[in-house]
Amino acid sequence: MEHIRTTKVEQVKLLDRFSTSNKSLTGTLYLTATHLLFIDSSQRETWILHHHIAAVEKLPLTTSGCPLVIQCKNFRIVHFVVPRERDCHDIYNSLLQLSRTAKYEELYAFSYNPKQNESEQVKGWQLIDLAEEYKRMGVPNDYWQLSDANRDYKICETYPRELYVPRTASKPIIVGSSKFRSKGRFPVLSYYHKNKEAAICRCSQPLSGFSARCLEDEHMLQAISKANPSNRYMYVMDTRPKLNAMANRAAGKGYENEDNYSNIRFQFVGIENIHVMRSSLQKLLEVSGTRGLSVNDFLSGLENSGWLRHIKAVLDAAVFLAKAIAVESASVLVHCSDGWDRTSQVCSLGALLLDSYYRTIKGFMVLIEKDWISFGHKFSDRCCQLDGDPKEISPVFTQFLESVWNLTEQFPQAFEYNEAFLLQIHEHVHSCQFGNFLGNCQKEREELKLKEKTYSLWPFLLADQKKYQNPLYNPDFSPELTLLEPNTVSFNFKFWRNMYHQFDRSMHPRQSVFNLIMNTSEQNKQLEEDIKELETKIKRRNGQSDVVLEKEQEQTAHPAPVALKSPPCFQKEQPPLPVNDAVRTIEGSNTADNRYSELVSEFSKAEPAVVSLEYGVARMTC
Amino acid sequence: MEFAELIKTPRADNVVLHCPFHLPVEGTLCLTGHHLIFSSRRQDNAEELWLLHSNIDSIEKRFVGSLGTIVIKCKDLRIIQLDIPGMEECLNIASSIEALSTLDSVTLMYPFFYRPMFEVLQDGWSSFLLEQEFELLSSVTNEWRLSCVNKEFSVCPSYPAVVIVPKCIDDDALRKVALFRHGGRFPVLSYYHKKNGMAMLRSSQPLTGTNGRRCKEDEKLINATLRSGRRGFVIDTRPLAVAQQARAKGGGFEQEVHYPQWRRIHKYIERFNILQESFIKLVEACNDQSHNMDRWLSKLEASNWLTHIKELLTAACLAAQCIDRESASVLVHGSEGTDSTLQVTSLAQIILDPRCRTIHGFQALIVREWLQAGHPFQQRCAQSAYSNSKQKWEAPVFLLFLECVWQIHRQFPCSFEFNEQFLITLFEHAYASQFGTFLGNNENERAKLKLPQKTMSLWSWVNRPEELSRFQNPLYEANSLVIWPSVAPQSLQLWEGVFLRWNRPSKFLEEAEAERIKIIKYNKELQAKVNVLRRQLAELEADGEVQEP
Repeated sequence: MEHIRTTKVEQVKLLDRFSTSNKSLTGTLYLTATHLLFIDSSQRETWILHHHIAAVEKLPLTTSGCPLVIQCKNFRIVHFVVPRERDCHDIYNSLLQLSRTAKYEELYAFSYNPKQNESEQVKGWQLIDLAEEYKRMGVPNDYWQLSDANRDYKICETYPRELYVPRTASKPIIVGSSKFRSKGRFPVLSYYHKNKEAAICRCSQPLSGFSARCLEDEHMLQAISKANPSNRYMYVMDTRPKLNAMANRAAGKGYENEDNYSNIRFQFVGIENIHVMRSSLQKLLEVSGTRGLSVNDFLSGLENSGWLRHIKAVLDAAVFLAKAIAVESASVLVHCSDGWDRTSQVCSLGALLLDSYYRTIKGFMVLIEKDWISFGHKFSDRCCQLDGDPKEISPVFTQFLESVWNLTEQFPQAFEYNEAFLLQIHEHVHSCQFGNFLGNCQKEREELKLKEKTYSLWPFLLADQKKYQNPLYNPDFSPELTLLEPNTVSFNFKFWRNMYHQFDRSMHPRQSVFNLIMNTSEQNKQLEEDIKELETKIKRRNGQSDVVLEKEQEQTAHPAPVALKSPPCFQKEQPPLPVNDAVRTIEGSNTADNRYSELVSEFSKAEPAVVSLEYGVARMTC
Repeated sequence: MEFAELIKTPRADNVVLHCPFHLPVEGTLCLTGHHLIFSSRRQDNAEELWLLHSNIDSIEKRFVGSLGTIVIKCKDLRIIQLDIPGMEECLNIASSIEALSTLDSVTLMYPFFYRPMFEVLQDGWSSFLLEQEFELLSSVTNEWRLSCVNKEFSVCPSYPAVVIVPKCIDDDALRKVALFRHGGRFPVLSYYHKKNGMAMLRSSQPLTGTNGRRCKEDEKLINATLRSGRRGFVIDTRPLAVAQQARAKGGGFEQEVHYPQWRRIHKYIERFNILQESFIKLVEACNDQSHNMDRWLSKLEASNWLTHIKELLTAACLAAQCIDRESASVLVHGSEGTDSTLQVTSLAQIILDPRCRTIHGFQALIVREWLQAGHPFQQRCAQSAYSNSKQKWEAPVFLLFLECVWQIHRQFPCSFEFNEQFLITLFEHAYASQFGTFLGNNENERAKLKLPQKTMSLWSWVNRPEELSRFQNPLYEANSLVIWPSVAPQSLQLWEGVFLRWNRPSKFLEEAEAERIKIIKYNKELQAKVNVLRRQLAELEADGEVQEP
């Protein structure tokens, strides 16, 4: 690699970002083609994928060396002190180069090799099949059909090839409507509720300006509302604040005029745009990263960042959408400006509230594939996969995951997946290790030949699903298609410590109820099997006279399975989440594994926890 | 006095009860001397409410036509509403409730009338004697003695009759030291750290005054806890400026010249009306569901409650750190030594001593460090967050302590034998109870009221096997280590079990908790079954071998 000058630096210090006593670990820093690796004196490894690096900063030289601060997209912040300035400079320059990729082909996904053969690779990509998903929802049917209008991406480049539209929407209507919508993103089906016969549709803003209208677009909306036999009016949700939408009119865009569309109920829901969200997260991270933070600075910082307000706005919008369908049986058309950020958030969360399938592991993958990947949420731009316009970066998908996490907190038994699943998805949206999230839309992904050249994330997550299962999950929690009604009073929204401080061990509970329950529940399954085995053996012993045969079985019966020897509850030696070599090669990005192994030592009670008080005895004031 | 005099309308029909997250129920309201009883008179008695008058913090009444509405705000923070037809009935009932919930004589309180329906297995009044504590201590060290100098409560009215002091200090010296300490609260042993023999003492402020009075016996007493050549730490829970001002009123602090072996640290912990206001603001913020996010966060911030939590935890960690990490003895005091001092010493013990994390040990801690140590429960817990009285002596000192325990519990959920429910129950009983445990302000008052003879102890009830099982933490596994909590704001949380308890439906969270317990219990059953089967198999195999020639 031409960017790497120094591959190994010894005697590097890794500082704890929240300790005031300047606690540090000393070890060796390695730079590889894909990762930055730090191995401390007790052989603990910290892996940082180059693609995860959001910013590198070299601080002024100190007496102990040259500080290098690396901020990652997964909210890890590491603070190294490199003894010699030259080494630091080399590493700094290399990382700058390595973390900024100009071409998709240079991303990790194109070199990552998980040792799968070609047919496994193909099968992996087929795991999530959206055609199957639309069938599951109940389309095509009498009212909805598959349209081939966009088969060659001719009408809308950022939509998928296969789109479902009302049967009564003819091709001229589709074409006409698409010309009247920003980026050609005309109204299409996102979710169909078969019991209520109501639909969630999505699109971009109309090019209405102050007075323009489009008969085809009006027909399109009428077709959508007519495709719902149980309710004659439909909702049009503009997810933007009213002021923003009005400002757009000056640019020839805007929102639907209720006078021109029959039977629509128009509604603004006021979610802010990507720029507001970006700076909101920035503020949040600034506050949460402050050393020796006081409670009031934290709370006022949380308030000033607006982050929780935005999360609440997104969830409130989703609740509005879900209620329109479940309570009023009304179809809803959702849009924002281009219909790929806020629209994706609201449509997917709405569907998650309506349909328990999306609360299963597989269903959640489907939901992301459908509402985010296929409908062209610009992952590449939003996550800054390539060196590009920093104004395009925005944590829209992170907000979606956080909204889901909030729901899992309110409904601990409604979700098959756990928090680790959400965190792992977040990790890989930024890792560029798998092909799923590369690029900005399906057309671009096809051009990149991702299905041949890269691997899909989903089969790997599925193979590991034990790690991502919620032990409290109750499939009967809500019968199919009953609405989940979250409480969105402000006090329900909490700071997501396990996301924004996932690598700051000192802030987390030292013992995790979740891991304990997970282990116990795993162990219970093993015990059930052991009981069966023992019972058959006893039966056989009792009913058998053939001593010779017995002898043989005796040998297989011993030694007893290891799990049985361990105490029933918490075990010190056993990692809370299975971490083994297989996992390591599969995950590839060792950052994730590291997280769990770090937690293991943290949760074990044998180790007296590190004091993270912001005083040391040295600083006592008299 | 007859309660009947206060009850003009003992009964009203067609009353509608509104409770949060329940449908309104119609039924009959009855007033008795100590209870407000509501019954829907349904066959299954499912809709019954028994509310202790002493649990009522404030009431409001309003009328629409002849329909009166009484809003009752309870000390456990619950708010209920009663719609009572008939203006006169409503007025009568309201005034009765008001009178009955603010009786000024302790002996009229319910604990003096309560007759338990259960058999007392072990009398809680005699379950936690300091003598037993001393016996345990004697098995590891002989540097301490039990002193009865306060037998008549004459040396220190707020201390118990017996205290543990350094062996080398005689009762005469103690009497002298008592004169040198505010309220006579001379330094006594609070906790002995077996691991390294370090001691935590507590007292009140020394009465040095402006002219720097000293007391040789006081110096000798606390120096007796030091190892030769080692230093100790005085943790003063007031800021330096306040401690200095206290000298003008005759109080003060240990001056370096007279206590050269001690280093003083000022770690400010808020007290009295500031805490009470903080409590009131927090409850107000939690009770208003209409707040938007910004308003909620700024209200939460303005309450300062979590700041107090953080300060208190930090001080407790500091005390624990001095003892465990610095191997130094510690003396903790503020002004009177009955509030913030006890918060710090008891929390430090939660951190240091695994015994305090058991159910029995935690009860012992509360008896020792709060009840016997003279925290004035009756004054502090007279009113809760809805009161308008604003008396200087009301303050949620004990609640703040319980919440800090909860915060540590959340960070070490497997290290406590008791569960959150136990903490909530203690909070409720400290404010209103059928038991006499939290009546009175100190042992002296309790003895005068003859509480052990005339009332039932909370511990007699709590320690019955049926009740105990409700308070057990199924995740508990004894952890003999010191547990250091994180005090970063990101690690602290609002105690939802108390503050949001009545403000949101908790069905799903409770069901999830039940499922967790089920998984743990099932695990234990399976383990037991496997063991039985394995033994069976082993026996069969052994038999088989015997039969084999």
